[in-house]
Amino acid sequence: MRHSARIQVGPVQFRIGSDWRQPIAALETLYAGYPRDDARPADATVRLFAARPWRRWLRPSVHIGGDFVVPDALPLPLSMGLLAAEMGMNLQVALGWRRHLLLHASAVARDGRAVIMSGESGSGKSTLAALLGEGDWRLMGDEFTLVEPASGDALAFPRAVSLKNEAIAEMAARVDAARLGPLLAGTPKGDIRHLIPRADAIAAMHVPARPALILFPRFGGEAAIEPMGEGEAFVRLTEASTNYIALGEAGFAALTRLVRETPAFGITYPDSAAGMALVERLWAEAAR
Amino acid sequence: MSAIDTLVGLLAGRIDAASLAPRDWDGVISVARAEAMLATLAHHLREADLPPPVAALFADQRAAAQVAKDQALWEAEMARRALAPEGIEFVLLKGTAYAAGGLPCSAGRQIGDLDILVLAHDIRRAENELLEAGWEWVKSDPYDDFYYREHMHELPPLIHKARDRMIDVHHTILPKTHRVTPDALALVGDAVTTASGFAILNREDMACHCAAHMLADGDLQGGLRNLWDFHFLTRDFAAADTGFWGRLDARADLHGLRGAVHRAARLARDLYGAELPSGWDRQDARDVWYRRRLLARDDWGRPTNFMLQQAFYIRSHWMRMPPTMLAKHLWTKWRKR
Repeated sequence: MRHSARIQVGPVQFRIGSDWRQPIAALETLYAGYPRDDARPADATVRLFAARPWRRWLRPSVHIGGDFVVPDALPLPLSMGLLAAEMGMNLQVALGWRRHLLLHASAVARDGRAVIMSGESGSGKSTLAALLGEGDWRLMGDEFTLVEPASGDALAFPRAVSLKNEAIAEMAARVDAARLGPLLAGTPKGDIRHLIPRADAIAAMHVPARPALILFPRFGGEAAIEPMGEGEAFVRLTEASTNYIALGEAGFAALTRLVRETPAFGITYPDSAAGMALVERLWAEAAR
Repeated sequence: MSAIDTLVGLLAGRIDAASLAPRDWDGVISVARAEAMLATLAHHLREADLPPPVAALFADQRAAAQVAKDQALWEAEMARRALAPEGIEFVLLKGTAYAAGGLPCSAGRQIGDLDILVLAHDIRRAENELLEAGWEWVKSDPYDDFYYREHMHELPPLIHKARDRMIDVHHTILPKTHRVTPDALALVGDAVTTASGFAILNREDMACHCAAHMLADGDLQGGLRNLWDFHFLTRDFAAADTGFWGRLDARADLHGLRGAVHRAARLARDLYGAELPSGWDRQDARDVWYRRRLLARDDWGRPTNFMLQQAFYIRSHWMRMPPTMLAKHLWTKWRKR
């Protein structure tokens, strides 16, 4: 393809090809601080392309393709090319990755132990992880957490954090503007702006962490903590995994071990400060 | 050299994996994925000298393919439990059959739906038993449903509501309206039983079906994989039985598939380096179009040569139905767009 980039996030090496320069340039800025190994063959290929040649210039619209595609996925305008790239990369991992149990969850770590946060979009799991990652936690990822079947360890996937709507202003007030990508206004997912994780989080992206807590955050309502049984945590995490079924017995073993060895809680919180306080409180109890 | 040529060269053993530059693997992995052959390649290069990231990716693929194979065989077992108590015999086809028969081509082979063949007079009972056992219709429109039942060689696809797996119940191996009518009774009657107790087609019929599926019933999408199946099947069968090619000739004649089977053999020779006996080792000027169609993919895994693809698409319909019916079918489909 005309333009391309190679990006390494956690254990995955991506090759991203594009008919346009802009999405590649935007990716290269966001991922400039990530470790690079250009000789390494790609695990996954993403293609951003125009459905018809003239659509490269005339009302350019970006179709998302790659090794794995979602049939009938709608294209995005070129101004949202970065979002298209992000969606394409997520798709390859969600549908193609088999080395680890893949959880749709954010995670942060401290002292080699991880807090895994799983929830629907809108639960605030990304924002919580991003905020904690600005304090004395290592951000492991805002979208995927990988569980190594053999060891039970959590592995990081610290892609650029996808901040949405209110979270954008909340983070912009705290971090250096150089760590924020361009504002993508009015996307199908609302306003989006990417946050580059802290350099220490990126440098530690290959360092595994032992799961210490599994949280199921829910934004809105009074602050509350609800202990969750192994069975419920198990079922919720099977739903949060895109490759649990494909991994067969190895996936089952990894997930049962995770919920047996790791305490799980549902948390409800009215605002970010309260959410972070709940995480710290549960962490202090778990560490005891 | 293009990535698809490299893939075929690696499979054929013409190219040494150690001779590739690390970045050459980008394209090879993408085209292999697009052709649903990545795990096949991973098995084929199990002993090869590979860059560590490729070796790790290939190990993932082999492990995942093993899980997928176990799941596919479990689906076959589920079908047996639904149909056997009613005395409905069925023959496994394609990927699941290769796995059940323990055939070498099943190593890493992607298995999609469960394909089974029953006698035509059993098909309504088979449908009822499967519906009672938890399979249900994939939502489809009445024209498609009518079309399948009236003209096709299989029921409209069924999906299991709990396991989310599809089953295709065939009563023969080519559409009823196809110019060629294989002998379905002979296919079922001469089936053989595997050690696990499943019926699969006998060697010659399996090769005939593979060729028919690739060359007589489709537009050659996924053709490289089907050709690989054909190559491995015939190679191993011929190694175990010196009379295999002769018997295959006779069987292909019975089913009206001589042209397809011979073409498949020549393409397997041209692409994968198959060794053919004298009566088969010929040249046909038209094969070049098939080779081009099979290799129509760029280094990013994208299909290329749009006109050639269209030509093969039209050809597949032309063989499947008489012209007036084709016109009617295309008209109906077009109006539904």
